[in-house]
Amino acid sequence: MAVAAKILRSELDQKAWDAVCDVPDPEVPVLTIEDLGVLRDVHVQADGAVQVTITPTYTGCPAMSMFAFDIEAALLTAGFKRVDVKTILTPAWTTDWLSEKAREKLRVYGIAPPNGKASHRALFGEEQVRCPKCSSANTSRISEFGSTACKALYRCSDCYEPFDYFKCI
Amino acid sequence: MEDTALFTYCMRLADDSAILSQRLAEWCGHASHLEEDIALTNIALDLIGHARELYTRAGQIEGKGRDEDALCFHRVEREFNNLLLVEQPNDDFAYAIMRQFLFSAFMHPFWEAVMNSKDEQLAGLAAKAEKEAAYHLRHSAEWVIRLGDGTEESHNRINDALEFLWMYTGEMFECDDIVSSLVARDVAIDPMSIRHLWDETVNTVLARANLERPAETWMQTGGRKGEHSEHLGHILSPMQYLQRSFPQAQW
Repeated sequence: MAVAAKILRSELDQKAWDAVCDVPDPEVPVLTIEDLGVLRDVHVQADGAVQVTITPTYTGCPAMSMFAFDIEAALLTAGFKRVDVKTILTPAWTTDWLSEKAREKLRVYGIAPPNGKASHRALFGEEQVRCPKCSSANTSRISEFGSTACKALYRCSDCYEPFDYFKCI
Repeated sequence: MEDTALFTYCMRLADDSAILSQRLAEWCGHASHLEEDIALTNIALDLIGHARELYTRAGQIEGKGRDEDALCFHRVEREFNNLLLVEQPNDDFAYAIMRQFLFSAFMHPFWEAVMNSKDEQLAGLAAKAEKEAAYHLRHSAEWVIRLGDGTEESHNRINDALEFLWMYTGEMFECDDIVSSLVARDVAIDPMSIRHLWDETVNTVLARANLERPAETWMQTGGRKGEHSEHLGHILSPMQYLQRSFPQAQW
C-alpha cells in the first residue's frame, strides 16, 4: 500500500494522487490501486501533464491496460489535460504491500488475504489458509491457480464454502 | 545496433516464453477439468507477460522501431530462436505436464540467478518472473508425481513423455559465444552454474513419482540457431494469423 502515499508531495501532486488513488481493481473491486500498491507515483510536470507510475501484480496481468484507461479517465475528469501512464517492474510487486485495512476488505469480500510475509517457499508444502466465511483453518487447496493470476482456489472443509485465496508473493 | 549479444539473448528468452505460452493456450477449453484449464492458461498468461517485456526490450536495443508485435508476429520460423523443448506438441496431457516441469525446473533457478544481472531491466523482470516460475514448477511437479505414482495407465503415459522429451533438455544448458560474452559482463548467467539445481529438482520429483531418470543420451540441438522441428511452423500459423492478415492491428 501506501508506501508511496506517505511521501510528502506538492499540493498539485496530491490533488492528482487523490483523483486516481480510488481507481478500483477491475477483478477485485473492493481494492483500489492504492490499497494494492499498484500505484507507485503521481507527478504533475511543469507543462501540466500528469505522469502516473504503476507496477503490475503479475507480469502478464491483463488488468494493466484497464488500470491505465481508468487512471486517465479519472485525471481528465478531475480537470487535468494530459496524462502519461508509465509501467515499471522494479521494485517487484509483493503482497507485503497490502495494508491490514486492505486485507480486512478482502476477507469481508470473501477472499482469504495473503498469509504472512512473502518469502522463499519450498517446492512442496501446503499453506495454512483460513476460510474467509467461518474462519476455520480446516481448508484444502483445489487449485494453485484461480480466477485471476493473483489468486488460488481453496475449499473450506467445515462450512464447505469454496473460496479464493490471494496468493502470497 | 549497439548490443547485438543482449538483443539476441532477450529474443531467445522471449521466444521460449512466447512459444510455450502458445502451446499452453491450446489447452484453453480442452483441459481435463475447469481448474486445470484455468491453471494452464494462467501459466500461459505469465509467460506472455515475460515475452512482452523481453520483446519490447529487444526492440529498444535494436533501435529499428520494431515493437513487441513486430518481433513476435512478423518473423518466420528460421528467425525464431526458442528451445526445441517448448515447441513440442501437446500430444497428451502428460506431455504438456512433463514439458512444463522440465522447463520450469530450469527457469525457476534461472530467474533467481538473473536477479543479480548487471542489466537493471533484466534483473527487474527476473525478480517478478522468479515468483511466478515458482508456481509453475510446483504445479507441474505435483502433476508429475500424481501421474507417475497414479494408475498403470497414467504412469506409462508420463513415462513416455519423460523418455521422449529428455533429448530436448540438453539445449537448456548450452552456452555459446553470445551467452559467454554476456556472462563476462555479469549480464547473463552460465546455464551450467544452475545445472546442479535442475538435477536436484528433477531427481527428487522423479523419485517421488516412481519414475526412472532416463540414461544420458544424444541431445537434440538447433533451436538457438533457428533450426526447428516440424512443429514450429504449425504453431506460428495460427499464432501469427491475425497480424499477418491485418498488419499493425491493435487491441
